[in-house]
Amino acid sequence: MTRKHILVALVQDKPGVLNRIASTLRRRNFNIESIAVGHIEIPNLSRMTIVVEGDDAKVEQVRKQLDRVVEVIRISDITYENPVEREMAMIKVKASAATRSEIIQIADIFRTNIVDVSPDSLIIVATGNQEKVDTLIELLRGFGIRELSRTGTIALPRGGAGPLTIEENKPLRHVVEHVLSEEEENLPNW
Amino acid sequence: MMKTGAEILCECLLKEGVEVVFGFPGGVLLPLYDTLPKYPELRHILVRHEQGAAHAADGYARVTGKVGVCIATSGPGATNLVTGIANAYLDSVPVLAITGQVPTFFIGKDAFQEVDITGITIPITKYNHLVLDAGDLATYVREAIHIAQTGRPGPVLLDIPRDVLQAKTEFIFPEKIDLPGYKPKLFGHPSQIKKATDLINTVERPVIIAGHGVNISRAFPELKELAEKSQIPVVTTFLGIGCFPESHVLSYGWLGMHGMGYANKAIHHSDLVIAIGMRFDDRATGVVSAFAPQAQIIHIDIDAAEIGKNLNADIPIVGDIKNVLQVMNKQITKREHVAWLSQLNEWRTMHPATEIREHEGVLPQYIIRQIYEATKGDTIIVTDVGQQQMWAAQYFFYDKPNSFISSGGLGTMGFGLPASIGVKVGAPHETVWCVCGDGGFQMTVQELATMVQENLDINIAVMNNGWLGMVRQWQELIYNKRYFGTQLYNPDFVKIAEAYGIKGVKVSKKIDVRPAIEKAMEHKGPFLIEFVVEPEENVYPFVPPGKTLVEFLEMPSPTGSLKK
Ligand SMILES: Cc1ncc(C[n+]2csc(CCOP(=O)(O)OP(=O)(O)O)c2C)c(N)n1
Ligand SMILES: [Mg+2]
Repeated sequence: MTRKHILVALVQDKPGVLNRIASTLRRRNFNIESIAVGHIEIPNLSRMTIVVEGDDAKVEQVRKQLDRVVEVIRISDITYENPVEREMAMIKVKASAATRSEIIQIADIFRTNIVDVSPDSLIIVATGNQEKVDTLIELLRGFGIRELSRTGTIALPRGGAGPLTIEENKPLRHVVEHVLSEEEENLPNW
Repeated sequence: MMKTGAEILCECLLKEGVEVVFGFPGGVLLPLYDTLPKYPELRHILVRHEQGAAHAADGYARVTGKVGVCIATSGPGATNLVTGIANAYLDSVPVLAITGQVPTFFIGKDAFQEVDITGITIPITKYNHLVLDAGDLATYVREAIHIAQTGRPGPVLLDIPRDVLQAKTEFIFPEKIDLPGYKPKLFGHPSQIKKATDLINTVERPVIIAGHGVNISRAFPELKELAEKSQIPVVTTFLGIGCFPESHVLSYGWLGMHGMGYANKAIHHSDLVIAIGMRFDDRATGVVSAFAPQAQIIHIDIDAAEIGKNLNADIPIVGDIKNVLQVMNKQITKREHVAWLSQLNEWRTMHPATEIREHEGVLPQYIIRQIYEATKGDTIIVTDVGQQQMWAAQYFFYDKPNSFISSGGLGTMGFGLPASIGVKVGAPHETVWCVCGDGGFQMTVQELATMVQENLDINIAVMNNGWLGMVRQWQELIYNKRYFGTQLYNPDFVKIAEAYGIKGVKVSKKIDVRPAIEKAMEHKGPFLIEFVVEPEENVYPFVPPGKTLVEFLEMPSPTGSLKK
């Protein structure tokens, strides 16, 4: 079944990582819906959230290919882990005296912030999951959108430790010793 | 101690056990070429084209199991490596490509001979890096070689700007490798292995498909033990040839488009395929949806990304083959499989694949068999790509691991000649035969000069059929004999050899075949035989594209009809 998948990856901050990841997805003909990258709490590591469309098996296969990228420390498909998803959008909408209050009303309903007001436009900053942001944009379209910028989705699995959680004092991965971590040892059928 | 980047590079290569590099110099590499003479233990072999350097490093790596190193200058030198790097990538060969780059302050400015070779090679390397600081060089060399050789091997590339080669810095050889994201999975999951052996112990018609991974993992005794203990027939892939002795009673040839009919039938009718270190390449499987329709599949590979890529496995095992088989062999019970094996033997009689028909002219198959007999099978065969490649695989019997060296995944014409240089350098005490077509030979013919300069004792057999034979065969069989762009005007190959200072003979008669082969072997140094062969001979069996493995065409009987 084809659906939207959310892959999250922990990667080393090295030049070319994004390039290799994008290249792997392109080769397998995946359309990248979004990629969001940012530093995490540990120095020299970044977290990527990659949203792609595809069927489960194909995504799992490409996940394994992405895991081969040397700088990728861990990568996990959290689509089925009921993750919290958010993205941010900045929307510059045309606003005349006549439409302004209606736009502000819509913005309120969506619990967004208005961060800039000028005589003929407003900038609305919205956060929410992709569907919410999409809906808001659709509603605002009628007023005339001047500029739009979206961050792409970021996501965290709910509850305790997630697949990318790094426990203190534990190696990210054992390297030279070539031994399996307990967690990998217990991996189910690949 | 303070050292230049170039010195650090040489020191690191030596520390990693590198003994030879195949290279071709250029402007930005001058600091390195000015340094190499200070390290005479590091043998430099000058090739005549950078593609040759990459293929030679590839051939060297295949026979030695060590990393093969090639060096090229920036720009055109680097791009000339690309085919060779791709070849190594598709066949999982550990090659370290070192490219010179324009000085760091020129990078990104379209400087003279600047190309973004790390960008270009992203999809065809396991790892690559542009080194911007001489202080990091040792670490990158160490990491690159480690990555190339471990797990599923593959080519890596380091791009080193000229000023980095020149910069002086403190040289510290890093004792530890810190690659948190790189961890080949070496041991199969015990419960997966248990599931697999439970299944193997119960099925009636199992077959092992042994691939290149068995060679890489050097799991020859383990494979043999598995097969013998449980009496499981072994079919290899094209690149797996030699990983299981072909003279063994349980050996049933190799599978695929030009594989033996009985091998393909064995797989098609099996109830269990044990795929070991192979990746279900489309040339191996025929129409993949109809591959082994009655079989469950156990897939053992070190690369998790191969599992389920081309074919779904019922029991995947991710791990190094040697380790996995060692565990499996402890759990395997003795079996007989009498009925199944006798069925296979019957198919083998029905579909003889290695017989040579009576024929007056010089058949390429006959030449290969004569090489086999003259060498008593004790040689390394390096092939180019095309019909001659398939005949070399079919009509020689390979009992030794890594005695068949060929470009599988990429099918690179021009591979043979330079690869045979690397093979001879890596295995100087072995006899080496390089089997080329008249087309492919001319793609890297300039490496004859390298052979002479290094006085490498390589026997070259050029099969002159006057055609790009393999393509002509497809035009004949699939495009209704509409030959176009495949007929070759050929030079006098013996004269070409002589021009390079290589002895050569031309053979156009069957009776001259064997004496020429023997003459080549007696001769020390390179020797070329031009065999003028039957021009329109076809490779059989042949599974036409879009067909299943058992829909192979066989050599037409004398009456002209294709046997099925
Ligand atoms: C670099 C490259 N170009 C084109 C091909 C396509 N191709 C495959 S086999 C073949 C013909 C090879 O002819 P020759 O070297 O004479 O060998 P023969 O088949 O006649 O034995 C060609 C053109 C290829 N494999 N590699
Ligand atoms: Mg030819």
